Amino acid sequence: MDNGFSNQTILDTFIYETAQNIEQLEEIILTSEKASCFAPDAVNEIFRIMHTIKGSSAMMRYSNIASISHATEDLFYYIREERPENMDCSLLSDLILECVDFIKLELEKVKNEDILDGEPSNLIEKIRSFLISIKKERNCSVISEMKEQTLHKGQYTLSRKDTETGELKAYEAVIYFEEGCEMENIRAYTIIYNLKKISEDCFCFPEDITEDNGSVNIIQKQGFKIIFKCGKSMREMYDFLNSFAFIRDLELTEASGCQFPGQICMSEGKAPEEAFVKMSGLQASDHAVHGSESKGSHQSIISVDVQKLDKLMDLMGEMVISEAMVTQNPELEGMSLSSFYKAARQLRKITSEMQDMVMSIRMVPLSATFHKMQRIVRDMGRSLDKEVELMLIGEETEVDKNIIEHISDPLMHLVRNAVDHGIESYESRISNGKSKAGKVALEAKNAGSDVLVIVKDDGKGLNKEKILQKAKEHGLLSKPENEMTDREIFNLIFLPGFSTNDKVTEFSGRGVGMDVVVKNLEAVGGSVSIESEEGAGTVTTMKIPLTLAIIDGMNIRVGNAKYTLPTTSIQETFQPKSRNIVEAPGRNEMIMVRGECYPILRLHKMYSVKTDITDFEKGIMLMVEQDGKCMCLFADELLGQQQVVVKALPSYIKDTRNIKGLAGCTLLGDGSISLILNIGGLLNIKI
Amino acid sequence: MAQEEVQRLLEQEEDTQKGRFLIFTMGNEMYGIEIRFVTEIIGIQTITEVPELPQYIRGIINLRGKIIPVMDVRLKFKKPFMEYNDRTCIIVVDINEVSIGLIVDRVLEVLSIPEGNIVSPPELNRGLGNRYIKGIGKAGNAVKLLLDCEKLIAEGELENLNTVL
Repeated sequence: MDNGFSNQTILDTFIYETAQNIEQLEEIILTSEKASCFAPDAVNEIFRIMHTIKGSSAMMRYSNIASISHATEDLFYYIREERPENMDCSLLSDLILECVDFIKLELEKVKNEDILDGEPSNLIEKIRSFLISIKKERNCSVISEMKEQTLHKGQYTLSRKDTETGELKAYEAVIYFEEGCEMENIRAYTIIYNLKKISEDCFCFPEDITEDNGSVNIIQKQGFKIIFKCGKSMREMYDFLNSFAFIRDLELTEASGCQFPGQICMSEGKAPEEAFVKMSGLQASDHAVHGSESKGSHQSIISVDVQKLDKLMDLMGEMVISEAMVTQNPELEGMSLSSFYKAARQLRKITSEMQDMVMSIRMVPLSATFHKMQRIVRDMGRSLDKEVELMLIGEETEVDKNIIEHISDPLMHLVRNAVDHGIESYESRISNGKSKAGKVALEAKNAGSDVLVIVKDDGKGLNKEKILQKAKEHGLLSKPENEMTDREIFNLIFLPGFSTNDKVTEFSGRGVGMDVVVKNLEAVGGSVSIESEEGAGTVTTMKIPLTLAIIDGMNIRVGNAKYTLPTTSIQETFQPKSRNIVEAPGRNEMIMVRGECYPILRLHKMYSVKTDITDFEKGIMLMVEQDGKCMCLFADELLGQQQVVVKALPSYIKDTRNIKGLAGCTLLGDGSISLILNIGGLLNIKI
Repeated sequence: MAQEEVQRLLEQEEDTQKGRFLIFTMGNEMYGIEIRFVTEIIGIQTITEVPELPQYIRGIINLRGKIIPVMDVRLKFKKPFMEYNDRTCIIVVDINEVSIGLIVDRVLEVLSIPEGNIVSPPELNRGLGNRYIKGIGKAGNAVKLLLDCEKLIAEGELENLNTVL
């Protein structure tokens, strides 16, 4: 990362593209491994991806990434060209996955602006020896050729054997880059750098491409001229030069006479007008599109900086608030303004449509997160010697981008737990009459304003006695064990410091696990629950809100304070009758509703707010529910329903004190602040 | 090269702010805070109380869509609470990227106090609030207590630690 390379946009693009390519690569390898053969399509695709990574990382001068992708590219070039049979597929997958991990690690360093110090030579050596071994298997007689190949690595050296005519020909090329592609000099340098590997006597104009800043202008205006000698045919050279990114126009001429048969006549001139091969910009870019998107998805998609989307979301939030400020302005009260209200309705309709649109922009399908799990399941299955099948259901379900980031860790934890603790070994599975391969299902589905992500396994299930015993040892039991329901027992494992596994494995069992899952999910307002049947398996369900930013809220008043709670969690509101109130010993107040008894939480007491309304008959009761638990909140009055934008409490306050039961705050129509209650948090205070 | 230029400009800006203090009063004393921390000064606003917080954090206010906490410096220094009036000001400060409003009795002026006129607070007097005083500035006949903003804010985290323990 020296001189002019610290260009942030280019760097961002590099990171983004490489990460995408790597992800795609991983997926291809995993599918190929499952099928235990590398289909020609897959080989082509891997080759293409490695080629892209090689090119871009070389341009960014990340030489270790470049060299490792180069080695892999060589390997796949051979596989593509020679189609060796009886390759060891799993060995190959392991090898490539190792490379993938290496590149991922280095990419992480790039992101953190660390120095890339990964040493690829070991891995490259492994790839080489694998290449040699498949070549040996295929044909012993090509040893000499192979030696030559290992000496001059690189695909272009390989292809030389087909076309080499023995003598070097001189070419002149003039390259024009696409307008606005930026850093023409660096791109030109990349071309020269690669060209020097396969040709001799390479000259270019302007000469000082990287040193002289004026060179950019010259390249932009007059094109980039190269004169070189090379043993390849015109066609090959044309394709080679055209394979670089952002080339708009390429003129290639042979500088000195030579004997070419057929369609290409020879020329003595050097002038670009006499170019043989000339491609219009349109064709060239067509070519590029085909190269990079071989799958042929011609949807027009742009990638946008997430920060911009966050900003857009913020603005949208402000707009929702100001809409409320206008349409619910206290000064309008009591006036008859029919055309104003008509316009206000229109405004509200457009705002809410726009809000839906902004939300949908931020929605990302869960499939990428789900597919990452495949790798984990595979790796774990290998090292634990278990056969595990991962099923993905509903991976197209969409969730807000922010939330995806928060759930990928918990999900990984749950999947690891399922494979490690859930799925039994071969022997015990067979002796229990189950199929040899364990099944782990990952399911996502929409449920109202929530998304449910379910991890299901058909393993041994949870052992109640073991959990209870462990909980007793750690003093985690809050009530007598014979009074606990199955659900409560299972939920014990979400407490901090709980791990039923006796031995610590590579993957799980350190006692930090499930509580981290809970914490991560609570951060985005989600929750987790677990169900299990001994011997039949475990089902863990994560419930996460579809989006964080804007919720339908019910505003309530307690004294001078205003609170907002999500409408979805309110079951009903009613004015209580004092004959229904039961006061249990220890000042626990409860209320009977339709024969059921619910605990009451007085908000004014809980947050010590001064209010005149302490008599139940004068205030209002809100019954709230989350995760099957219910309670009644007592407030002074309801203020009305409104869409509110969730804002985090200032970090200073969060640092000072972690306030139970508060999810954040929001601005009301009149500009005042209302505190948003976190129902899950409130329900847990009592228990 | 561009970076050097930016650095130079930043230093220049810092220079113009150096040695300048915003002076405000609480009771009879005059206090000063470094001008570089101050974002703006606003009149008293409706404050939304947030439960379970120490008394000196009065709550949160809505500053043009941005929600910031406000701290009553009187209460923080263990002085008696005084009803807010139209002289009461909120000084919005930005300390290490934490925005917070400080409620003070009234704001007086911006004053340059050369470094030579600033002395460290006496070691002997270890009264409450003394630990927030960085130095004592002399201007004319009066003395101004210069606040250490970073300590004023960092305190919250300390207390948080204590509640955990």
